[in-house]
Amino acid sequence: MVEEIGKTAEGDLIINVGPQHPATHGVLHLVITLNGETIKKVEPHLGYIHRSIEKMCESLTYRQFIYCTSRMDYLSAHINNHACALTVEKGLGIEIPERAQVIRVLMDELTRIASHELWWGAMAMDLGAFTPFFHAFRERESINDIMEETCGARLTMNYMVPGGVMMDLHPNFQNRVKTFLKLYKQKIHEYDELVTGNIIFQNRMKGVGYLSKEAAISYGVTGPAARGSGVSCDIRKLYPYEIYNQLDFQEILETEGDSFARYMVRLREMNESIKIIEQLIDNIPEGDFQAKTKAVLKLPKGEFYQRVETARGELGVYIVSEGGTTPYRIKFRSPGFSNLSCLDHITRGGKIGDLIASMGTLDLVIPDIDR
Amino acid sequence: MSNEEIKTIISALLPSASFEEGGEWLNIGIEVADWKEAAQKLRNYEAIPFNFLFCLTCVDWKTHFTMVYHLRSTTTLDNIVVKVKLDREKPEILTVSDIWRGAEMFEREVYDLFGVIFLEHPDLRRLLLTDDWVGYPLRKDYEDPINMIKL
Repeated sequence: MVEEIGKTAEGDLIINVGPQHPATHGVLHLVITLNGETIKKVEPHLGYIHRSIEKMCESLTYRQFIYCTSRMDYLSAHINNHACALTVEKGLGIEIPERAQVIRVLMDELTRIASHELWWGAMAMDLGAFTPFFHAFRERESINDIMEETCGARLTMNYMVPGGVMMDLHPNFQNRVKTFLKLYKQKIHEYDELVTGNIIFQNRMKGVGYLSKEAAISYGVTGPAARGSGVSCDIRKLYPYEIYNQLDFQEILETEGDSFARYMVRLREMNESIKIIEQLIDNIPEGDFQAKTKAVLKLPKGEFYQRVETARGELGVYIVSEGGTTPYRIKFRSPGFSNLSCLDHITRGGKIGDLIASMGTLDLVIPDIDR
Repeated sequence: MSNEEIKTIISALLPSASFEEGGEWLNIGIEVADWKEAAQKLRNYEAIPFNFLFCLTCVDWKTHFTMVYHLRSTTTLDNIVVKVKLDREKPEILTVSDIWRGAEMFEREVYDLFGVIFLEHPDLRRLLLTDDWVGYPLRKDYEDPINMIKL
């Protein structure tokens, strides 16, 4: 990498951002070609946290491989587990009990809020505001406490297993969630007051990192990043899984396509998640939390693909089975990977100072990209 | 649209394609020589433009490789799976990164982990592994005594 630092023949400056840089939120390495302050090219160098999860999964059974996926997008571990569990269930043709479905959706939406909270705090910190980080963590902490009580872990939960969820809800769950909802509603206006309405913030976000609708589709961008450009891509709406088709919520779309639009999509999406939780929290059906499954799972020969909407976009799990106890080939289509591919496109021609604002609103999680 | 209807449309569009049913989505088999032209036709077909490449990967079948392209149309929400068989000794295929720009990174990943050469790719280098890495880890015959787990 050393030879890449310096100047090109045309006199352009080449600089490295990362792999250890606070604004890259992990070990992402960007090699940037600069002409003065204008970006000519951004080239991501990946693999600093590559663990080859896909290869590992080939020697793990269908019950074991789910634990690896919590380590991909660690901010939405529940949703990763959910995708894997759904794929295996699709292969086996299992119907899961209604209680388990409701619990899964509740956990997914809590995860989505927690993930967006962390993104909000971290992005404000990227732009130089330190206080929002603490505001975000105040709410996120109570979600983590809820998770800890029921799942036994705060980050890598491994709670969703083929057939349902691993254990029943903690007796305190409903009360804790209701307390959280109350707290959230009291505090959410602070987010707008602190950051959204701030004129410095708006000037740094509006018109920065423009992604057109066509480019978003061509690059395969999904999730809030694409919805900020007006691409309807919410898997919960387009290809509903579990009980999402019975719930009342909106797909948030903005048409501006700049960083501020992506920011607003995420903020408004948190309110939609709150709406889903409110619909379900008093209506958790009684019954089993897990369907009866065999101790050793064997998927029939064939190919199975399932996608879910994580906090960052569309996560796809593609399993090729030869009929054995382990997958023959497994592929995780991670949302961050495709979202990163448009970074060069949206930052080219802009100023280096705007790079961080553009990157922050793509909400990259590096282990999700490297896998 | 049902898989049958898509099949009728695509068999008219791509006469040389073979079909495989039984899965969730329609599987279309295309010869490697016809792939680039077929990709362009699928992307630009007016009634169902398959403009969203949401997954691109490769499977090592020990005798040959299969490239798997998952496509969807953002207007009609139909999905198809396109499969292209590659020779294992000389895995070469034309890039589609000019048709779906997101394919550029996906193809670099497949090159990195499977060793498939994408002809006319703008920037074919290793993506996740270091430049001096020997071998292609996701191939079935890859052996690494230090880094691999075996259960």
